[in-house]
Amino acid sequence: MPPHLLLVSAALLPFLGSAAVIALPGHARNAAAALAGFVTLAGLACIVLLYPQATGGEPVVAAMDWLPSLGVRLVLRLDALSWIFAVLVLGIGALVVLYARYYMAAADPVPRLFCYFLAFVGAMLGLVLSGNLIQLVVFWEMTSVVSFLLIGYWSDNASARDGARMAVTITAAGGLCLLVGMVLLGQIAGSYELDTVLGAGEAIRKSPLYLPTLVLILAGALTKSAQFPFHIWLPRAMAAPTPISAYLHSATMVKAGIFLMIRFWPVLSGTESWYWIVGTAGMATMLVGAWSAIFQHDLKGLLAYSTISHLGLITLLLGLGSPLAVVAAIFHTVNHATFKASLFMAAGIIDHETGTRDMRRLSGLWRAMPYTATLAMVAAAAMAGVPLLNGFLSKEMFLAEAVDSTGAHPINTALPFFATVASAFTVLYSLRFIRQTFFGPPARDLPHAPHEPARWMRIPIEALVLVCIAIGLVPNLTIGPILAGAARSVLGDRTPDYDLAIWHGFNAPLAMSVLALAGGVALYRIFGRRIDTNPRGGPWLLDRFDGGHLFERAMTGLVLGARRLETILGTERLQPQLRLIFLAALLAATATGIGRGVDLFLQGRTTAFDPAFAMLWLTGAACALGAAERAKYHRLSAVILLGGAGLVSCLTFLWLSAPDLAVTQILVEIVTTVMLLLGLRWLPKRDEAIPAPLSERARARRRRLIDLGIAVLAGSGLAGLSYAVMTRPPVEGISRWFVEEAYPKAGGRNVVNVLLVDFRAFDTLGEICVLGVVGLTVFALLRRFRPAPDSLERPAQQVRFDAIDRAREGREPGHTASDALLVPRTVITWLSPFIVLLALHLFLRGHDLPGGGFAAGIALTIAFMLQYLARGAEWVEERLRIRPITWIGLGLLVSVLAGAMSWPFSHPFLTAAFAYWEAPVLGKVPLASALIFDLGIMILVVGSSVLMLVALAHQSLRRTRAAESEAERAAAREPA
Amino acid sequence: MELVLSLGIGVLAAAGIWLILRPRTFQVVLGLSLLGYAVNLFIFAMGRITVGAPPVLGVGPGMVSVDDPVPQALVLTAVVISFALTALFLVVLLAARGETGCDHVDGREPHEAEPDAGNPLP
Repeated sequence: MPPHLLLVSAALLPFLGSAAVIALPGHARNAAAALAGFVTLAGLACIVLLYPQATGGEPVVAAMDWLPSLGVRLVLRLDALSWIFAVLVLGIGALVVLYARYYMAAADPVPRLFCYFLAFVGAMLGLVLSGNLIQLVVFWEMTSVVSFLLIGYWSDNASARDGARMAVTITAAGGLCLLVGMVLLGQIAGSYELDTVLGAGEAIRKSPLYLPTLVLILAGALTKSAQFPFHIWLPRAMAAPTPISAYLHSATMVKAGIFLMIRFWPVLSGTESWYWIVGTAGMATMLVGAWSAIFQHDLKGLLAYSTISHLGLITLLLGLGSPLAVVAAIFHTVNHATFKASLFMAAGIIDHETGTRDMRRLSGLWRAMPYTATLAMVAAAAMAGVPLLNGFLSKEMFLAEAVDSTGAHPINTALPFFATVASAFTVLYSLRFIRQTFFGPPARDLPHAPHEPARWMRIPIEALVLVCIAIGLVPNLTIGPILAGAARSVLGDRTPDYDLAIWHGFNAPLAMSVLALAGGVALYRIFGRRIDTNPRGGPWLLDRFDGGHLFERAMTGLVLGARRLETILGTERLQPQLRLIFLAALLAATATGIGRGVDLFLQGRTTAFDPAFAMLWLTGAACALGAAERAKYHRLSAVILLGGAGLVSCLTFLWLSAPDLAVTQILVEIVTTVMLLLGLRWLPKRDEAIPAPLSERARARRRRLIDLGIAVLAGSGLAGLSYAVMTRPPVEGISRWFVEEAYPKAGGRNVVNVLLVDFRAFDTLGEICVLGVVGLTVFALLRRFRPAPDSLERPAQQVRFDAIDRAREGREPGHTASDALLVPRTVITWLSPFIVLLALHLFLRGHDLPGGGFAAGIALTIAFMLQYLARGAEWVEERLRIRPITWIGLGLLVSVLAGAMSWPFSHPFLTAAFAYWEAPVLGKVPLASALIFDLGIMILVVGSSVLMLVALAHQSLRRTRAAESEAERAAAREPA
Repeated sequence: MELVLSLGIGVLAAAGIWLILRPRTFQVVLGLSLLGYAVNLFIFAMGRITVGAPPVLGVGPGMVSVDDPVPQALVLTAVVISFALTALFLVVLLAARGETGCDHVDGREPHEAEPDAGNPLP
């Protein structure tokens, strides 16, 4: 297979496997494990086969377009560094699959575990193979999400859920920072392609955005790699099944942050800020992790803190900034992955076979499981840095770096000391782990009698321990060339000379190593017993600092803060919210006005003053203020005053050369007023004595004053703004074009109508859709309308009229009410045909003179509505079968078809055509396709507004029916 | 004229905003209508005002100076939409009144007991 195909298969296989595994039945443990094992091994084979190409100098690349508009490609890129990580991911992955097959109980839903597991393998592989920054972040986030699912695998366990939540909160927050950091990095480098970014190191470090970019990217890396103070999630992630802990939380996922720092080391490192952030975080993490590990009683807890400490060590190496330290970091990453994964697996076996992980209960397991004990001891020795094992080599390199870089920075003087202390702690907790678990008298009262695990369960540990020994004994034959390739792929020409030999002669690092070993043993002898019986449980000095507690406090604070904000700004109460909106708008407008230095009273053009116009607006203002004052207790008069204000604005349109607006406004005004009147029926009666407690009155008064202030300010602002604009000369915009082209291009003389049905017809189409939707919504809302109980009785006037009727001979109840409307009814009956005629007139002349589909539609609606007013809903609904919903659909259809008519002539949607036709009697008649569109508008407007009015008017029938059925029910109850 | 119109717009807007901030739903509906008038006139005014020059072209190709048709077209749309908005709000307020039995914008009288704030944590 060609290299790029191998690469693509390796990247895709885990995801395919993940999808396939979940299709297996819930307890198919063997099949799921076999599939997962096959997938990881096949992927491993692909990557191993690519070794010659990956280390050949040029990376293997497979790319395809992803978001071409943003210049983002999906790039798989394998160089020697990603090769090492890919082999770790797939190699240890295969071993973990084998181990998990025997670790997981038959009752667990194992296919689900392997589904997540393979998805994680895919995500991690995608991350290390990413050749594009955005793609890298996507896979990075994916590892966080899958890690969440895996930690919470035993979801009925509260600590698993809490651990999963904390892990995802911390790592995903880091991931968000990383995304922003990567976008910044891509912007600085001018490309999101990794190769370009890696080549732009100089420019990136000089950019003014370097520091924010660095901080954001490191926020991602340090949270993922559990660096102090973000390390608190890792010990809690140990609630995951042990194979998962071994894999995600020691060998691979936590190394993603390390990988990121190594990957971008050539670009980002070498500055003071890099040194301070990365170096300090690494140093603190190494010491805090090692110190805390000493005091753990849980085997997995000890290993978790030890992992934190080793991650800190690697981070510290990267922070030092010397090329040799990078080599040591890569080397230690590999070594740590091997010995820590095998230690986790050994801890899992102990847990599995004895039923406990508490070191205070475990003892003397050497007799029961000598083989496992030997393997664990070798791995622990590698962790402690005992010679002839791989941990020793990388630790020597670290100590050498610690000594060599003392001169580089004043703070580094203490580095050898801290390095030795951390190494001694490592020796101490490794020793404690081995001594407590395997030696001493045989443990009694363990949940299970301990014995060796299944043969196959030990194989993964054996393989890993073998690697530890092989690297430790003959580093140059095993890891040497691979490490050299990886170092070169990161450092390029800056790759230093180094020697992986076990023996470098008597030198400072060796002395520190010996000191650490001896110190660790001595400390254990002195303090071992006191650590075991440590009553407070946590590490000395640090037990006051409870990260988990702080995290919970932060989360609770977040929720409470959000709730407080919600009560201040939330939607629960409408008035404060609207008040805030108006205040914000006021502030924004004022700030803009002051910022731009707007002069409201610039003396510009004005139109001659007309006293009649002033009188008109005196009326309008009085109407508006009256409506505002009356709206609370005198709704009817408020509606009438509102209509007055509407009429004034309608006359204003007429006065100021907008006849179309005037026509539409007055018609809409009529319909709105009728609707409001219909609605009044269902509102509570006047009740001036709404009991407000005395204590509330002062507050209500203050609120009203504030509202008044807002209203006056906003009104004067709007007035000033309109005055300022109106007195300035008009700006040459697009209007002239519309005026000039209305007749030649669209054959219409009424420019406003031409704009609506031709030039901007698509907007109008959207608008009539809104109108149709509102009609339907009103209808739907009123179908389930239940009037409030106090509105159910008949109105007082009707009751009074009926009483009159009953009191007199020969009159039925209802006669007086119907007599009262006799004159209007007669007028309306005669008027109706004329209103329909007016509507048709408005419609037909719309293209050339004021009018059009909207106005015509509303006029037709009025014709219908008057019938309701004059005759009552019952009479109309018996005689007129109107189907407003059909009208809405029809109108929409006609409009869309009118627009689509241009398609056969290969013109875009809604292109209008027009012609004039010499009709025999009528003379010249305009025939524009826009007229058909306008017809659609008219039909829809009729449908929608009639639907609203009918739905509202119909409620009075419903009330009667509700009352009738209530009476029937009462009658039915009586005989019983 | 400009001064009169702008003062009128201001009064309409102030009355509308005042009503929108009131606690009864009916007041809010009326307020929205008033604010709608004000905003429509405001948009219309952005095209400057002219007397006696509607944007309806005389018969024949002769071009006369007419009022700006673009704000007019915008306002025509706005008039229809604010009609729909008023209808919708009216019906929502009726439905809310039927559901909650009160016509306060929050669905309950302000001095009635607050609903249980609940646990701080979900």
